[in-house]
Amino acid sequence: MHELSIAQNVIEIVQQNLPPAPHPPVRAVKMRVGEMAGVVIDSLEFCFSAIISDTPLKGARLEVERVPVVAHCRGCELHFEVEHYAFSCPSCENIEIEVISGRELQVVEVELLDEKVEAI
Amino acid sequence: MSVITIERKVLEKNDEIARLNRALFAQHGIFALNFVSSPGSGKTSILERTLEHLIGRVRIAVIEGDVQTDLDAQRVAKYNVPVVQIVTHGGCHLEAKLVYDALTRITLDNIDLFVIENVGNLVCPANYDLGEAMKVVVMSTTEGEDKPLKYPGMFRNSTVLLINKIDLLPYVNVKLEKLRQNAFQINPSLIIFETSCTTGAGIPEWCDWLVKKVPAAE
Repeated sequence: MHELSIAQNVIEIVQQNLPPAPHPPVRAVKMRVGEMAGVVIDSLEFCFSAIISDTPLKGARLEVERVPVVAHCRGCELHFEVEHYAFSCPSCENIEIEVISGRELQVVEVELLDEKVEAI
Repeated sequence: MSVITIERKVLEKNDEIARLNRALFAQHGIFALNFVSSPGSGKTSILERTLEHLIGRVRIAVIEGDVQTDLDAQRVAKYNVPVVQIVTHGGCHLEAKLVYDALTRITLDNIDLFVIENVGNLVCPANYDLGEAMKVVVMSTTEGEDKPLKYPGMFRNSTVLLINKIDLLPYVNVKLEKLRQNAFQINPSLIIFETSCTTGAGIPEWCDWLVKKVPAAE
């Protein structure tokens, strides 16, 4: 259940990147989370929404892009998606593979509601 | 709508402190292990057997991570090695900062091998670098052969797998060969030892392998 501390870290990083107050409200926080990052997205979203109410991110949505586990075979140079956590090349069965993605846990960007939208 | 690009790792602060820990270990010639497993697989028992085998050969210190109590630290303290207990009060894993703080409470000059026993949990500790040289994952035969497939992150990120409680194999419905196969599917370069803290099986082999990794060991 480390999603709560991850949500806290996300909020901290976003706050460090917001313009000085008063700034437009934050509409969305976009994240990139790998399939093998060990993070339960539902739980992360729940924790995020539970702790933003007293922060400048109040009302923001968390939008998560899932990143598949992708590897590169050092033998036959094949690029492939690792399925069912089988960490060997599906073509030549080589175990000398390099995992290229799937462990990401990143804050990508925030979207602010501009004045025009705010006025509506 | 305006967009602010951030592109930062969520755990960057942890990774930064982990780098400090790693530098501290390197500066003192210390080999550091991060011991991970589910609760009850026998991490502390293996640590006790390891201490019995290695005291006199290398100088060892221990950090114990638990959600509550200092029971494990009390067990380790009987071996007269420096030990610091970290109580996370509900936290499901150790973070680099907790280890950094614990390191300030131990004299590092006289230590060759540092064992950090993480909180029993096969999910979260996989994500938090503590500055260790390697993760050692312990699983017991009673947990079933599918554990590596269910918790791939942990088995993928570990260097060594200790399959513990092998003395119980006659009583549990687990096929050792299948377990090894599952572990190798997740991490083909895993180094596996089969151990029993009751009979002592596999402990000398594990300890002999470990001691060779310690730069200061003779």
